[in-house]
Amino acid sequence: MAYGKKVLDHYENPRNVGTLDKDDKSVGTGMVGAPACGDVMKLQIKVNEEGVIEDAKFKTYGCGSAIASSSLLTEWVRGKTVEQAQEIKNSEIAEELALPPVKIHCSVLAEDAIKAAVNDYYEKNETKKETA
Amino acid sequence: MKDMKTPIYLDYASTTPIDKRVADKMFEFMTMDGKYGNPASRSHSFGWDADEAVSISRKHIADLINADPREIVWTSGATESDNLAIKGAAHFYKKKGKHIITVKTEHKAVLDACRQLEREGFEVTYMEPMSDGILDLEKLEAEIREDTVLISVMHVNNEIGVIQDIEKIGELARSKNIIFHVDAAQSAGKIDIDLEKMKVDLMSFSAHKIYGPKGIGALYVRRKPRVRLEAQIHGGGHERGLRSGTLPTHQIVGMGEAFRIAKEEMNKDYEKILQLRNRLWNGVKDMEEVYLNGDFENRYPGIMNISFNYVEGESLIMATKDIAVSSGSACTSASLEPSFVLRAIGRSDELAHSSLRMSIGRFTTEEDIDLTIETVTKAVEKLRALSPLWEMYKDGIDISKIEWAAH
Ligand SMILES: Cc1ncc(COP(=O)(O)O)c(C=O)c1O
Ligand code: FES
Repeated sequence: MAYGKKVLDHYENPRNVGTLDKDDKSVGTGMVGAPACGDVMKLQIKVNEEGVIEDAKFKTYGCGSAIASSSLLTEWVRGKTVEQAQEIKNSEIAEELALPPVKIHCSVLAEDAIKAAVNDYYEKNETKKETA
Repeated sequence: MKDMKTPIYLDYASTTPIDKRVADKMFEFMTMDGKYGNPASRSHSFGWDADEAVSISRKHIADLINADPREIVWTSGATESDNLAIKGAAHFYKKKGKHIITVKTEHKAVLDACRQLEREGFEVTYMEPMSDGILDLEKLEAEIREDTVLISVMHVNNEIGVIQDIEKIGELARSKNIIFHVDAAQSAGKIDIDLEKMKVDLMSFSAHKIYGPKGIGALYVRRKPRVRLEAQIHGGGHERGLRSGTLPTHQIVGMGEAFRIAKEEMNKDYEKILQLRNRLWNGVKDMEEVYLNGDFENRYPGIMNISFNYVEGESLIMATKDIAVSSGSACTSASLEPSFVLRAIGRSDELAHSSLRMSIGRFTTEEDIDLTIETVTKAVEKLRALSPLWEMYKDGIDISKIEWAAH
């Protein structure tokens, strides 16, 4: 399979690889995919008081396009509000990376991952509100 | 080592370069200056010369496998040989019975020919081998029925390199009067084949796996006891009616020369490949979570299939672009499937997704292997640093216990 320049760039130099403390209440974690399917993506966001994502980290088990999609996503969400991050569409990722049709689902996975991370953040902070 | 020619070719099981000696020989049968006649032309020396070359090549094939030249039928490759053998025998003997036995780890040429026969009303049993890739003979015997007419089991597996016990299966098939077909595309010229000893009725060969040209192969059809086939391609009645079509002299000569050289150099090639294989395996086996797929002992050393757990195969191929290897992986949703062979030997999805097949051949060098070890080690380390599964494994989390949302 031939890869586009941008996929290769993210793949060779992935941005923001790593792990945030998932027990920190300002951190939202999204883990999507399944080992059986050959792809697992973990995306984490750290949200500040103003609801702005100040840090994002990922780890991905999957093909080059999945790695590139998640790497790109961490760049995009930094500095965005949680609401804005939720708006990111897989088609924007696919377009930016020039993914071929068979690789579109790799970008879908990235969209699912950010949604899951935001939901996790909301859940943590709502229960926090309730118990307070 | 840095100025080595890359990518390094480690995909000999997929195809091989044509040996220079073979190419030179082929060239003698193509142009105006050469023997370009049609071997079926009986009326002039152009035809006679070509026919003689075909006969010599036929003998080279027969000599390598200890058979009679009259038992060799030219085809376009092992795919066609498999189809002719399986469909041809099934069609010819269908009045005797309509049950066929084969194995889940066979090449697609065998499996899909069997699928076609199922559509025509045959019944096929696809056996699962043991976890080392080897077929359990007791289980095979238990699957044999009154109406079983054909057993098809490959010699060396193209993905994992394991060798089936063809001699024993042949004894069993013969004792029950069942036709036995063997796909020997990956074994001919690499390990011994003696058809005086092996009770095989039909055997498929391909030239391009053994330094001959692509697009030419052969089917061995036993004469004693005689095995009958129904032709699958009809026309001018070449190859005693079993396979019509003008014989491609240059291709046939190429295959003949490749098989002749293989007979002479098989032991030398084998020893060298074994050394290189050991060097490769010793170079990677001490990494954590590395698994060899298929039995270590019963195997042709030229094919190594290794799973690097928690690393996905397609990204591994990307990270090892200096070496040309193949992977059964890339996630299911992207039309590429995890290797059905690895699934058939009971490997978990993760391990099946994490595999690389590296195949070594006549022209592989120690430097190639050393660079491969270095490249693969670095790639696995890099991708594990990126892998959430590796992180979980390191944290002592059992990923098989997690409920994944499969999609
Ligand atoms: C075991 C086996 N059978 C059949 C084939 C098909 O051979 P060919 O390419 O000559 O049709 C191959 C190679 O692809 C093979 O490895
Ligand atoms: S994640 Fe499935 S092919 Fe990319």
